[in-house]
Amino acid sequence: MTADFDSVSAVNVSRVFGRRRVLAEVSFTCRRGDVLGLLGPNGAGKSTLLAVLATLLTPSSGQIRYGARTAGDPAVRGRIGWLGHDLQLYPELTGRENLRFFARLYGVPRVEQAVNSALVRARLEHAADDPVASYSRGMRQRLALERALLHAPRLLLLDEPFTGLDGRSVRELVDRLRAIGQDGAIVIMATHDLDTAEAVLTRALVLRAGRIAAEAAGGGWLDACRDALTHSS
Amino acid sequence: MFARTAWAVFRKDVLIELRSRETIVTTLFFALSAVLVFAFAFVRDGRAVADVAAAILWIAIAFSGTLALGRVFERERHDDAMRALLMAPAPRAAVYVGKLAGIVVLLAAAEALLVPLVALLFDAEVLFGRPWLLTAVLAAGTIGFAAVGTLFAAMLVRARSRDVLLPVLLYPITIPVIIAGVRATAALARPVPDEPVAVFWLMLLVCFDAVFLVLALWTFEPLMAD
Repeated sequence: MTADFDSVSAVNVSRVFGRRRVLAEVSFTCRRGDVLGLLGPNGAGKSTLLAVLATLLTPSSGQIRYGARTAGDPAVRGRIGWLGHDLQLYPELTGRENLRFFARLYGVPRVEQAVNSALVRARLEHAADDPVASYSRGMRQRLALERALLHAPRLLLLDEPFTGLDGRSVRELVDRLRAIGQDGAIVIMATHDLDTAEAVLTRALVLRAGRIAAEAAGGGWLDACRDALTHSS
Repeated sequence: MFARTAWAVFRKDVLIELRSRETIVTTLFFALSAVLVFAFAFVRDGRAVADVAAAILWIAIAFSGTLALGRVFERERHDDAMRALLMAPAPRAAVYVGKLAGIVVLLAAAEALLVPLVALLFDAEVLFGRPWLLTAVLAAGTIGFAAVGTLFAAMLVRARSRDVLLPVLLYPITIPVIIAGVRATAALARPVPDEPVAVFWLMLLVCFDAVFLVLALWTFEPLMAD
């Protein structure tokens, strides 16, 4: 059962926690190949927006549309990948077992082949049968990225993906994300790291107090975002 | 897709438990300690107080079950793996069923040790006279207790005081399970087992299981989405 889509749209999405409005009337559309950055200070609503896009939170009003489908369709989740700051791995299991579990969970065909390919892409063949608890942060990050990509998601959501990575791992992640975007996936990432994100983003939204304060694309988007962030702080 | 997801979650939990043995060891240790302490209190001159075996068996199951339920989503809390589970392209209730199956198997393993020990220490060997009926009572009671407990454990996964809140929420709701389990087991532990009484309480347990399983499957997805 696949639920493919070429675009993701947020239509007047608001989210309230108690009396606190975390997202207010957020609207935007992303299409295949877009690598969209969600920028903004802490508490701007970036992670909440990612959780809503991931179907993990329901909007208080408005809706997210995945092509012609909505978040209520479980098949949509099979086309979404998520990589958070927490890497969502089981430290007691080996790298191979982690990938195998998630491949089964997401209904990936030919599990062993998919797992082996993912281990090669993550450059973890040598440590595939070691417990994840023994991995370095960079190794876990590479494994978690391949875990998020196992089912070839159309929409990849990343929350602060560069945190805690050394220079080499950051460069590898940037290259990988650029390739994923070029392959036709939609990538949306929340980040504070503008300098690193510059190399990979094609568009950016600046959020401030749950609202879109600025939207930028094309040449010069970074300066536009810096200006908006300066005025928002 | 539902069954495949539930099976994947169950297998993963069993694999991690076999590797770490952390929940099964603490659960068994607690259950055995409780039974031994009660044995000192309720057995005089080799004779146990009437019906006490059934009560102690279910107290040990309930307390050690609470301990195990407190850990059931702990692995998902670590590294935020719960999000990855909830994003699987299957009804989210499948995650609940996989987790429930894991906790039922773990409690069944504890009961496999507890029942002979209780029968031996409390002079209740007659319990084994109706093995299938006893197994049915234990299975129905364990499923009912774990069905409610797994749902509450999932609800409390992000609560800071979850260890305190779980028993506070769990025991009032599962009192009927404990009472029915005790009454059914006591009927089977009498010198002449009272089969009709045991069957009556067993039917009550089955009704409880049906109601709470349906409620849990119905409410798990909305509870987890927010």
